[in-house]
Amino acid sequence: MTADPRVPRQQASSADLPTVTLDPRLGPGAAAIDPLSDDAKQRVRELGAQVMARYPRSRSAMMPLLYLVQAEQGYVSPDGIKLVAEMLGLTTAEVAAVSTFYTMYKRRPCGDYAVGVCTNTLCAILGGDAIFEALKEHLGVGNNGTTADGKVTLEHIECNAACDYAPVMMVNWEFFDNQTVESAKELVDQLRAGNPPIPTRGAALRTHTETSRVLAGFADGAVGQGPSAGPASLAGVELAKDRNETAPAMGQEAGS
Amino acid sequence: MTFNLTPVLTASWGSDQSWTLGAYERTGGYQALRQALDMEPDALIQLVKDSGLRGRGGAGFPTGMKWGFIPQGDGKPHYLVVNADESEPGTCKDIPLLMANPHVLVEGVLISAYAIRANHAFIYVRGEVLHVIRRLLNAVEEAKVAGYVGNNVLGKGFDVDVTVHIGAGAYICGEETALLESLEGFRGQPRLRPPFPAVEGLYACPTVINNVETISSVPAIVRGGAQWFRSMGTEKSPGFKIFSLSGHVARPGQYEAPLGITLRELLDATGGMRGGHELKFWTPGGSSTPLFTAEHLDVPLDFEGPPQHGSMLGTTALQLFDETTCVVRAVKRWCEFYAHESCGKCTPCREGTFWYVQIYERLENGTATEEDITTLLDLSDNILGRAFCALGDGATSPVTSSIQFFRDEYVAHFEQGGCPFDPVASTVFAGANA
Repeated sequence: MTADPRVPRQQASSADLPTVTLDPRLGPGAAAIDPLSDDAKQRVRELGAQVMARYPRSRSAMMPLLYLVQAEQGYVSPDGIKLVAEMLGLTTAEVAAVSTFYTMYKRRPCGDYAVGVCTNTLCAILGGDAIFEALKEHLGVGNNGTTADGKVTLEHIECNAACDYAPVMMVNWEFFDNQTVESAKELVDQLRAGNPPIPTRGAALRTHTETSRVLAGFADGAVGQGPSAGPASLAGVELAKDRNETAPAMGQEAGS
Repeated sequence: MTFNLTPVLTASWGSDQSWTLGAYERTGGYQALRQALDMEPDALIQLVKDSGLRGRGGAGFPTGMKWGFIPQGDGKPHYLVVNADESEPGTCKDIPLLMANPHVLVEGVLISAYAIRANHAFIYVRGEVLHVIRRLLNAVEEAKVAGYVGNNVLGKGFDVDVTVHIGAGAYICGEETALLESLEGFRGQPRLRPPFPAVEGLYACPTVINNVETISSVPAIVRGGAQWFRSMGTEKSPGFKIFSLSGHVARPGQYEAPLGITLRELLDATGGMRGGHELKFWTPGGSSTPLFTAEHLDVPLDFEGPPQHGSMLGTTALQLFDETTCVVRAVKRWCEFYAHESCGKCTPCREGTFWYVQIYERLENGTATEEDITTLLDLSDNILGRAFCALGDGATSPVTSSIQFFRDEYVAHFEQGGCPFDPVASTVFAGANA
C-alpha cells in the first residue's frame, strides 16, 4: 500500500514535535505516490510555456515552474519534479536539487494557510518568540506542522523586511503587522473558522495553492487592494510634513 | 534640528494609489526616461559618476564606476539585474518602496539599461512578499502598455524587456553571484570571482547588478542633475538615503534623509527610545554590520563613518535594542539565522555558523565556560575573510562585536547558570495583558 502524502497532518499531542526536514518519499517510483492529474499537467505546460518565454534560456524558468506545480498540489511533489524536469530537459535530480534548496517550495502538502511567525532577532525579542510558542501550544503542532483540519501550517520564518512593524506574522506571504499573542491566536482561530482576516498591508487572503500561481509571476487581479503604505512606512514622510521639510528643489541643470 | 529630512523616493508613499502609473506620472514620473533617451548612454554613465551615487545594497560601491566596467562593443548581450531580494535582518526599505512606488524602480531600470546598453533587465524580488510582487508585476505591465517597455521605446530606437523573477526563500540569493545562479535556475550558491559579473555575469555576459534603492535613485539624478544630488549628504557619500528605524524606539519607520546624519539626530527627531528605557546596542546597517552601543550615537551614518569605528553602513537598517534585551540571546538568534541560510558551499561558513549555534546553546542553558568565549573568537577568526562570500563574514559581526562590548554579559550566563534577563520585559506588549 502506498502512503498517502497527507498522512503527516496529524493532531499533535505535544507542542514540541520534531522539525520535519527530509521527505523520505524521494527516490525511484516516488512520482507514482501522488501523481499530477492530466488536467494539472496541461495547465502547468500551458502556463509554463509563457514562463519560459520570459527568459533567454529555458532553465531560468525553473523557479516559476516549481511554483506552478506547487499551485496544483500545494507542494512540490515528486511527480511535479518529474514534470518540470521533462519541460526543461533536465534530470529529476537536477530539479530536486533546486527545489530542496529553497524553503518556499514545500516538500509535503501545506495547509490552506501557511502561517509564519518571524523569529529573527528583532521580531523575536519584541514578542515573536512568545507568539510562536503560544501558537504551537494553541494549535497543537510543532514547527512545519499542519493542523488536523488541514487549514493551518505553522512555521517560524526569518526576517521578512517589515521590522518597523515588529512583531510580524505572515499568512500566505501577506503581512500581518504589529502582532501580540492574543491577536495571533485570534488570527489562526479565524483562519480555521473560515473567516480569514484582511492583511494589514495586502489583499484578501487566497489559499496557499492560489498564492503559488502569483509567485510564478501571474497577476490575480488583487493589486488594487490594500493601502499604498502602512503607517510606519509613512513615519518619515509625516515627520517631514510636520517639520515642513523637503528635499532641495531641482534646478535647471538637469542632465548636465 | 540639525538635519533636514529629504523625502524623494518616499515622498509619494502616502498618496492615494501611489503605486499606479497615473499617480507616478502626475508627480513627474517617466520624464527622466524621456530626458535620458535624448542623451548618449555614455553621458548618462558620466552623470551617475558625477553624482557620486554609491550602491545602497550595503557595499557602497560607486554606481557609475560599476556601470563603466561593462565592456562596450563586445558583441555580447548585456544585462541589468536589480537585487530586490531584501532579506538582511533589519532591512525594510526596498519592500515598502516596491509596494508604494514600484514605478520609480521601473523607470530607473529603463534608464540604467539604456546607459549600459542592455536590452533585457531582470528584477529579482524575494518571494515572501506577495502583495509587493503584485504591485511590481503590475507596474511592469503598465509600463509595457504605456510604451515605456518594449521595442522602440518612445520612438527612440531603444528596445528593452523587463522580467520580474521571484525568489523562493533564500537569504543567500541577496549575494549577487548567488542571485545570478538562482536566476539561471540553479541552487543559489555564490560563484568564484573573478570573473566579476561586469565581465561574465548572467549567462556569462556582462551584467550590472544593483540594489533597488540605487536604481530607484537614478531618475531623480537625471531630473535634478549631479549637483542637486550632491547638495545632499557628504562629499564622499552624497545624496538621500532611506534609514530604517526599528526595535525599542518610540516611532519606528522609514526616514529618508541625507547620508551623514547621526542616530542621535534621528532619535531626537523621532521621540527617542520607548518610554522609560535607554539604548543598549544597535546595528547601523543590518545584522551583518558589527554592533554599536550608545557611545556611537554621534557617528555619521555615511559610508565613511561606521568603518572608522569598526562597523559598516550596510543597508542603514537601524535596529535598536534597549537595556531589557539580552545581547547573548540576540546574537544567538542571528547565529541560528546564518546557520540556516548558509548555502553549504564553503567549509568555514557551513561549519562555523553551525558551531556558533552549539556554543550559544551552551551559553543559554548555562553550561558554557570561559573557554567557549575563546572558541567563539577563534572560530570568528577562521570564518572572517576565509568564507566564499560575505555571508560568512557577516555572521562573525554580531559575535565579535558583542563580545567586545558585552563580555561581562557572556560571563554572567555561565556564572549564573543561564540567561539573567526576563524575555517578557523586552516584548512590545510587556506590561500589557497580552
